[in-house]
Amino acid sequence: MSADFVRQLPQSMLLTRKKSFIRDVFHIDLPTLALLIFISSFGLLILYSAVGREVDPFLNQSAKISLGFLAMFVLAQIPPILFMRIAPWFFLLALFLLVATFFYGVEVKGSRRWLRIPGFISFQPSELMKLALPLMLARYFQNRHLPPRPRNIFWATIMIAVPVFLIGVQPDLGTSLILIITGVFLLFVAGIPWRLVFSSLAIGLLSMPLLWSFMHDYQRQRILILFDPESDALGAGWNIIQSKTAIGSGGVFGKGLFQGTQSNLDFLPETRTDFILAVLGEELGFSGIVLLLSMYGLLIARGVLLAVNAQDTFGRLVSISIVFTFFVYVFVNIGMVIGILPVVGVPLPFVSYGGTSVLTLFAGFGILMSIQNHRRISL
Amino acid sequence: MEPLALKDHDRESRAFFRRIMLGFSFVGLLLIVLVGRLFYLQIIQYEVFSTLSDKNRIQVQPLPPMRGLIYDKNGELLADNAPSFYLTVTPEAVSDLDGLLVKLDELLELEDSELKAFKKRLNRRKRPFSSVPLRYKLTQKEIARVSVDRMALPGVQVEARLVRRYPKGELMVHAIGSVRRINEDDIGSIDPIAYLGTDHLGKIGIEKYYEKDLLGKVGYQRVEIDARGRIMKVLDSNLPSPGKNIHLHIDSGLQLAAYKALRERRGAVVAIDPSTGGILAIVSKPSYDPNLFVTGIDHASYRKLRDSRDAPLFNRAVQGQYEPGSTIKPLLGISALTSGLIDEDYTIDDPGWYQLPQEERLYRDWNWKITGEGGHGEVGLEKAIYRSCNVFFYDVSVRLGIDQISKDLALFGLGLNTVLDFPEAKKGLLPSREWKERVRGIPWYPGDTLNIGIGQGDLLVTPLQLASAISVVANRGKWVAPRILNTGSELIEKSKVSSIEDFDHVSKRHWDFIISAMEKVVHRNGEGLGENGTAWASIGQYVDYRMAGKSGTAQVVGIAQGEEYIEEEVDERLRKHAWFVGFAPINNPTIALAVIVENGGSGSEIAGPVARSIIDYHLKQNSYKVAKLSNRDLNL
Repeated sequence: MSADFVRQLPQSMLLTRKKSFIRDVFHIDLPTLALLIFISSFGLLILYSAVGREVDPFLNQSAKISLGFLAMFVLAQIPPILFMRIAPWFFLLALFLLVATFFYGVEVKGSRRWLRIPGFISFQPSELMKLALPLMLARYFQNRHLPPRPRNIFWATIMIAVPVFLIGVQPDLGTSLILIITGVFLLFVAGIPWRLVFSSLAIGLLSMPLLWSFMHDYQRQRILILFDPESDALGAGWNIIQSKTAIGSGGVFGKGLFQGTQSNLDFLPETRTDFILAVLGEELGFSGIVLLLSMYGLLIARGVLLAVNAQDTFGRLVSISIVFTFFVYVFVNIGMVIGILPVVGVPLPFVSYGGTSVLTLFAGFGILMSIQNHRRISL
Repeated sequence: MEPLALKDHDRESRAFFRRIMLGFSFVGLLLIVLVGRLFYLQIIQYEVFSTLSDKNRIQVQPLPPMRGLIYDKNGELLADNAPSFYLTVTPEAVSDLDGLLVKLDELLELEDSELKAFKKRLNRRKRPFSSVPLRYKLTQKEIARVSVDRMALPGVQVEARLVRRYPKGELMVHAIGSVRRINEDDIGSIDPIAYLGTDHLGKIGIEKYYEKDLLGKVGYQRVEIDARGRIMKVLDSNLPSPGKNIHLHIDSGLQLAAYKALRERRGAVVAIDPSTGGILAIVSKPSYDPNLFVTGIDHASYRKLRDSRDAPLFNRAVQGQYEPGSTIKPLLGISALTSGLIDEDYTIDDPGWYQLPQEERLYRDWNWKITGEGGHGEVGLEKAIYRSCNVFFYDVSVRLGIDQISKDLALFGLGLNTVLDFPEAKKGLLPSREWKERVRGIPWYPGDTLNIGIGQGDLLVTPLQLASAISVVANRGKWVAPRILNTGSELIEKSKVSSIEDFDHVSKRHWDFIISAMEKVVHRNGEGLGENGTAWASIGQYVDYRMAGKSGTAQVVGIAQGEEYIEEEVDERLRKHAWFVGFAPINNPTIALAVIVENGGSGSEIAGPVARSIIDYHLKQNSYKVAKLSNRDLNL
């Protein structure tokens, strides 16, 4: 690593590398681990309230989170070079599974998102793609000139577009949007020219009506409802009205843990999954949500710090994508629950009930730690 | 691999760092947007959402009061409340309402009218999460069917509510009226708060008249509910106060006796206790079962009742307006004696017909024959009553004149509404010179007076009016307004009905004379053909008490000049109505009554026996009660 680079980074952003057993032997980043433990525990507490203090779903989710931590530890041990090598194959596998889902997927509520391997597991291949796409893009730019040349940008765009299309036809608008945002952000960080940034923004805005015409009725409905939830107060607007009511009625300190009337009396929809933030907002109030948001913020900050300190392009791009994806989850979920974004099925990271997203998230942070703590040159 | 020289790591790192800082500034900005929005919702708008949340979870539910019970004079229950099972649907808990209705149709065979009514109620509903009734009366079988499929029927409940029940069904409906379901027409006229949670309203008879007292006062409970409308917790409640129980003068036993006495004929009976004005029995036949209407009658059955030629829904006792026929004669007798125009010894010679001066027309007596035989010979007032001589009363009415007749008959309540608590009661019609000119636009003719003299022409009375007129006679002139209520309510408004003065101007001698003539109607016998009381043959034999009576017939179609009325040749529906009025025992009357049998023909032969059997029952019950009382007194 050249001295120039070191100078470019503000002193405060440089991670000093003292000897650390946990970091050097187990490749674990302690601040990240601490934040994850805190957020997961807090999340489990909220979940316990959201499921009406039932023990079974609580234990179930605890098991999934433990599994997530385990996956994170395992991935952290793998040297990043290995991720880089398998990235294309992983990407192709994910693409293949998406195509398979298109043909053999299980239809639930009108969309095909799940692939069932009989007698084994059911999972959403789109979740794999959330990791596979950043890995692939980072691998692609690893040995190419940055800022990327138009030819490279073109191919990178294709790499984004194909899975986005496959997920979009499932249809899973939420996930395909997350992929687009993550991919575009990666290109942005990789250094695509500003004129391209602005012109693609313009194209994006102009293509909105086109996108609108391709949308399913229920998807349009969700967007329209955002502007006027009262128009269908007992139908599509119900969720958003009730979740806003829950959060708003929480006030500064909330109604008290387990005391939420909106959630306990079943007014709130999907309390254990997508709308779990409303339970938190109602029971612990503004302070509770701000606490969680601060933890998320610290985790993102820590992730950015790790990404900045990564040693090569691949490491930087993968790290920053993982952190950014995490942020998008947080933002989209909260935005949806507080009524500033349309309702799309995005869980609140480490809090919502469910296994797949938890595993993907922990895996992402595992890769982040691996990149950070397997260093080719020790300073 | 491309040459390393092309890759400027330093520049890349710097550019990368700049872009990251830029990107994450944007991220920070978005996080601030989130916090700002949360601040707006949770701190600025807190009050708004807090109220919304409470409104969501706290519902004020009305607790309907229990309707007051109705008892007869002996404490027998005439109207109470019993649980009825409703099928209700909570629309918020149903994702596919049409599909659910199809399923329910398979289980319960819903009628179109039910579905239509359900949709109307659904649209009228104001509070979300409140249930909407679909069917009002579920049988045990239907409850079982719904319960079995409960899991497949989200949002469907079977609710038990107390509804009015009339244990005596069609026997009592024309006496006490009934409640009906509140419909759209009622909504404007009732206090919506008072009727929250109540589906019924007294719409007929005393159920209507005493509605305010019977209804009771609605209560409330504040409950915490969940999104499916289920009550989780009762926060506080204000219990309803039940309606007042009322006691009537109606005697169920007598009512039944009257009901049975009418057999299958169309007609009405009103029996009054002359000393109190209390209505002891009020029957109109045919009748119907009011319980059918409480929980909602199906259209076909309703149409059948409504369109029936026998008009079971029509209360003949208070709404039926008939010519009184000869039953008017004792009243006119009082009028004639009091006026001084005739006295007890005044007689005329009756050839069987009467002719006005300067008129061709023959006004016939009832025993007039084409052959010219008939007539009553020498007739005084007494005989004119017990033989029911028309010619004598033609003469009397001409002497009195219509003005005096109208004035005097009004003293008996004719043409007036005098019943205190029967909202449907009709006034009948008491014609007068002024009335005819106003309504018909033609002057009063002397012939009109003759018709009134024998209770025909334009004169119309209800059985209730006639019964109360006879009870005035039984009271020897003391007027007591008829009423059904005995005790339990203060709602009677005397100002709503015409109040009538007692007959202070009539001497006791005259009353006794008329009553004695009426007694002879029933009891005079052994005097030979054409001399016995008109009713003796049919009811005057084997009577162990003395009663006063008067029969009457009211013609349904006019009989042309020179034609004889031959009952067998007249269509059943066009035959004369048979009347009988009377009271007993003669010296200390405890019952006065009026009986009409529609198209019955002869008053004495058809209506008389009905009256007699009712009086028989009444006096036997009374003497039994007196005996029981004295036995007990002896034991003490």
